[in-house]
Amino acid sequence: MTRVLLIARRELSGYLRTLSGYVIIAVVLAVTGLLFNVEAVNRVQLSGQLLERFFYLASGTVMVASVFISMRLLAEERQAGTLALLYSSPVRDAEIVAGKFLSALAFLALLLACTVFMPALVLLNGKVSYGHVGVGYLGLLLLGSACLAVGTLGSALSRTQVLAGIVSGCLVVVLLLCWLLARVTEAPLSDVFGALALHGHHFQAFMSGLVHTRDVVYYLAVTFAALFAATRVLEARRWR
Amino acid sequence: MIHVEGLTKYYGAHAAIRDLAFTITKGEVVGFLGLNGAGKTTTLKVLGCVLLPTSGRVRIEGFDVVENPHDIRRRIGFLPDTPPIYEEMTVGDYLSFVAQLRGVPRSQARARVEEAEERTALGEVDRVPIRALSHGFRQRVGVAQALVHRPALLVLDEPSSGLDPAQIVEMRSLLRGLRGEHTVLVSSHILSEISQTCDRLLVIQAGKLVAQGTEEELAQRLGGGGFVSLDVVGPAAPAVALLSAVPGVLQVTVQREEEGVTTLRVDAPAELRPVIARALVMGGVELLRLERGTEQLESIFLKLTHGREAA
Repeated sequence: MTRVLLIARRELSGYLRTLSGYVIIAVVLAVTGLLFNVEAVNRVQLSGQLLERFFYLASGTVMVASVFISMRLLAEERQAGTLALLYSSPVRDAEIVAGKFLSALAFLALLLACTVFMPALVLLNGKVSYGHVGVGYLGLLLLGSACLAVGTLGSALSRTQVLAGIVSGCLVVVLLLCWLLARVTEAPLSDVFGALALHGHHFQAFMSGLVHTRDVVYYLAVTFAALFAATRVLEARRWR
Repeated sequence: MIHVEGLTKYYGAHAAIRDLAFTITKGEVVGFLGLNGAGKTTTLKVLGCVLLPTSGRVRIEGFDVVENPHDIRRRIGFLPDTPPIYEEMTVGDYLSFVAQLRGVPRSQARARVEEAEERTALGEVDRVPIRALSHGFRQRVGVAQALVHRPALLVLDEPSSGLDPAQIVEMRSLLRGLRGEHTVLVSSHILSEISQTCDRLLVIQAGKLVAQGTEEELAQRLGGGGFVSLDVVGPAAPAVALLSAVPGVLQVTVQREEEGVTTLRVDAPAELRPVIARALVMGGVELLRLERGTEQLESIFLKLTHGREAA
């Protein structure tokens, strides 16, 4: 565990010592802020509905940001030749993946913390509960966690950061499109696609301030499966 | 310390190394010599537990690289062909990170960093971001990360790669300083570096080990028993006569006679240098220079690699 945290701390400081981390935060804040402003100013709606719209908009920026945050994780190490340092140290591949993922998750949490002023405005000026805000952020964090894990897998599969971004983006889009496939197919296939869809009904409950165990389990399962696959990819690369 | 048997590594259908076998005993400084693409880096990556072998066995201090990689990783310091450095970190922070990653307790990490910095002359750049360092300093940071956790075995892949002549001399002196405390396996295609820092050589060609032994052993095996180069005052004849009479001297060749100074090549083992010097001085010949032949290793290398040029 110590080595996981050591890797996570170094990686997180990497985000904060380079320009890319601040650019991601700035772009997410600007896009989410602009969209929230359009929703809040131009449409008359209940404060609860406005908060739901905020979480809906934020989920989009979180998914895109997750791809950008995670694409560097392992591909950059390979590009810079620093993966050999981790490979030749007494660290398990699962610890490398876990450390990298935790740093990305911590960075995403920091990014989400920067957006809190928007729901805080709704909280102060409308009639919504702290619970609704908290559950919405829990949903964003779980959705982000799943996307970051998929991005970690994409980064493990790729030799360059750009390629990692493309691979991760494609994987996230495939999981998103399951929602569309669920709508155009019939049961039981539609149920399967619906259950696999990254956004769809899994995130809608969080937007409304509701926590369903199946949604939490889904996001945790996607996270675990993607990280497990990323670990296997790292292990397989030692044989090549 | 290191036992390698039948080590083979394939990349797809291409065999990078085939059936390598060698042993390195504790405390030895061994040079791993070969042309680019000969399989040096692949072999060192297997020893550094970065890559797994396709077949064969590698045991380091009794541990197998496939079955007990973690036990080996705790005991080795590995410098890959490109130093594995995080450019945004300062030298001190980076070395502290590596030390802790390799099992040094946090409370002792700073002391180990200072020790490694002292051995690699990096103390003055402790707080400098690595991205601001010259290539020579970066190579030294690479060596420092390999030894910061006091490993028993150091595996260094081309530590002098890309360095200028002054930096090569510094690196050579750094490598000599590692003798005694560590077993060192250093790869290079810079022959003089290997010659001046290593006790023994392993020569690899097209993925196969073509020779191993000391420089003298290899020279003898290939029919070249070494030579001594010297300058004497005056004509060649008296010196040639004196030298030809020295037991052990195989041949004396006049290489140059200019402005009263004669340059001679004496085919004889390097250990005969005191006897040669004494014979000349006792015979009344003024000796200006006497040294071991410098292209000896190059000729061995070219013979072993069938005359193929590194370029």
